[in-house]
Amino acid sequence: MSVTDTLLESLRRQGMLTLYPDRVKIAVGRATCGLAAGSDRVYRYLKEESSRRKLDVLVASTGCLGWCQQETLVTVQVPGQPRLVYSRADEALAGQILDGVSEGVLPEVRLLGRIYADENLLSGQRIFLTGEPESDPVLDKVPFYAPQLKIVTRNCGYIDPGSIAEYVARGGYLALWKALQMQPSGIIDDITSSGLRGRGGGGYPTGRKWQLTRQQPADIKYIICNADEGDPGAYMDRSVLEGDPHTVLEGMIIGGYAVGAPSGIIYVRSEYPLAVAQLQEAIRQANEVGILGKNIFGSGFSFQLEVVKGQGAFVCGEETALIAAIEGKTGEPRPRPPYPSEVGLWGKPTCINNVETWANVPPIIMRGSAWFAGIGTESSKGTKVFSLVGDVRNNGLVEMPMGATLRQIVAGAGGGAGRFALKAVQTGGPSGGCIPANLMDLPVDYESLAGAGSIMGSGGMVAMDERTCMVDVARFFISFTQEESCGKCTACREGTWQMLHIINRIVEGKAVMEELEVLEKLALVVKDTSLCGLGQSAPTPVLSTLRYFRDEYGSHIRDRFCPAGVCKGLFRLVIDQDTCTGCGRCVEACPAEAVRTSRSEADQGLTTKYLIDQERCIQCRSCRDVCAYRAIRVVPREVAADADRH
Amino acid sequence: MDEAEVQDLVARHQEQNGRVTAILEELQQRCRYLPEQALRLVAGELGLPLAQLYGVATFYATFSLEPKGEHLISVCHGTACHIKGARRLTERLERELQIKPGHTTHDGQYTLQSVHCLGCCSLAPVVSVDSHAYGRLKPEAIPEVLTTVQGGEGQ
Repeated sequence: MSVTDTLLESLRRQGMLTLYPDRVKIAVGRATCGLAAGSDRVYRYLKEESSRRKLDVLVASTGCLGWCQQETLVTVQVPGQPRLVYSRADEALAGQILDGVSEGVLPEVRLLGRIYADENLLSGQRIFLTGEPESDPVLDKVPFYAPQLKIVTRNCGYIDPGSIAEYVARGGYLALWKALQMQPSGIIDDITSSGLRGRGGGGYPTGRKWQLTRQQPADIKYIICNADEGDPGAYMDRSVLEGDPHTVLEGMIIGGYAVGAPSGIIYVRSEYPLAVAQLQEAIRQANEVGILGKNIFGSGFSFQLEVVKGQGAFVCGEETALIAAIEGKTGEPRPRPPYPSEVGLWGKPTCINNVETWANVPPIIMRGSAWFAGIGTESSKGTKVFSLVGDVRNNGLVEMPMGATLRQIVAGAGGGAGRFALKAVQTGGPSGGCIPANLMDLPVDYESLAGAGSIMGSGGMVAMDERTCMVDVARFFISFTQEESCGKCTACREGTWQMLHIINRIVEGKAVMEELEVLEKLALVVKDTSLCGLGQSAPTPVLSTLRYFRDEYGSHIRDRFCPAGVCKGLFRLVIDQDTCTGCGRCVEACPAEAVRTSRSEADQGLTTKYLIDQERCIQCRSCRDVCAYRAIRVVPREVAADADRH
Repeated sequence: MDEAEVQDLVARHQEQNGRVTAILEELQQRCRYLPEQALRLVAGELGLPLAQLYGVATFYATFSLEPKGEHLISVCHGTACHIKGARRLTERLERELQIKPGHTTHDGQYTLQSVHCLGCCSLAPVVSVDSHAYGRLKPEAIPEVLTTVQGGEGQ
């Protein structure tokens, strides 16, 4: 294995040169969220401007540090000093940073925090940036990062995803090297005793899946990475693929060796073009240095990997549908058993795990199963990456130990809802449910979420404040699953259509109370009689909102009133005259010129206040969103009519 | 696409895995839709029933049997974008382009579509034009985005 030592050692040295160069390094977050925030302009500016100014600066690309809302994120690393993290960078800030580099004093504006040391999770070592051994590795004092534990996203935002050398410098491919010296059964034992469960939704024990595939007698077997991340509101897999593709490759190669499969496929949705490109480049580099291909590390084990693009079908996240898609058929699920571990791709035993699951494999092999099993709860081990989005102050990806409470995630890392009160947290995407704000102490693990009528799913977590209508949320999800149903099972195809029909009647104020019972009954039928996970879980958003927010349904039906002020025609907006300060922001925000001064007040020479002209109001709620005093009230139509008469 | 081009296209995708969708994807990119004649040729080359290709072509969202516009405007209607006002963005685009989602402008310039999640949830609401994503977009900013796209800058 001395050849391998030399290979990894030379890659490590090469990576260290760009990770910790002896000159100033400025890294720009260029994952999709960064690009959407304009990071390419910042990157180009820094490249061109630093060379124009003849500054000795390394301008580098990196993935996403997780706090996507603060993109474009830029880190500046001056040798011997803590690394500075800047948020919402634009060309102007980039110019100031370059000024600071030449003057020796970096700007303090939009500075998110400082990193004093980097933790190499795989080796347990720390690299100190300032020469002070006691310094803190995390972005200290930043509430968004403080409670996090980064295992899966350990390299995102730290390395250049296009550099295999930087991946190796952070301890990458050492787990593969170690694994190839182990017996395959020993690897599976490690994964089993680590307690790792599938991160894609089902939560099936990963070790057992590997074992089932391993014990199948077959001439050929396959490894598949499910990167068809389709849950709206979840994008952790995209971030890992874009920020640290090699960790997925490494997990898959180890998996291939463990189950006895010589080839693997990464099925990634075409909506993620950057992830596709990063994966293809990572595979090319791994092949080039001999980490993929024949006789890896001289072990006699050969493995090849290829990328297959998904062409837009949510149901293909289901493993048997995904396999059908790779085989060039329509992505319809088939009954299980037989499971893919017995009869999978091209009829051969196939081990399918999702991106986050594969990314957990190298750390488990390196640090041992006991280390991993020591994190999390009794039945849910390790960490989970959540995409915390919606009505929450800090949007982004947070990686938390399993069992962290919703409060720790949403109020802690997320900083809580903004000006409006938190109403619910939706977990698990279209297969999950809405958990009301009064259950914020619920620990987030597979069992607790299921008990509360939701699921872990892939880790989508959408915070919703009081401006969200839960009936509308149910309508949103059921319209999603209705559209994405492959049409194979009648219950799912017709049932979701009927459920959508009823909910549409409710949000239009046309339904009667009896329909609520029909809706609930129908939901249970769809749940019980659909073949695959899509159909079985499609009713969850409806059932969970009925469980916790039944009154809101009742209000839509009985009173023809949407208390959250979302369903058009079922509410009016009025301005509370006691609260209005006459600041006039609502006037500017209104696209329909429906806000006018309250004449009676003006006549009496008092402070100008405002009223909403119900004839002109289009109920767009722009006024409510901008009112700093919460003076805009949502009222039933009759109340608004009364208010107008006064 | 003539027969020789189709043969070349099929020949370049020798890999068994994901071959069918990869071929159709390239066809879609080149023609902006899947012409019936080309589908027939591909079926012949692959030795697959045309019905299977038709099934695939109509099952996946990427493929279209009618020509799409030069610029593809996708309004994200994922959960975060939905609660952050994606509907208002679609409404504005409908007004600006005078088409409904799923349709193409008469001049063949734009196709407007609603997609389920682009994975930029923290920057919601998001619209992508020709795979460049615009985050935290307000309806008022839509005309400017369209002007930029027209200018060919795409940024």
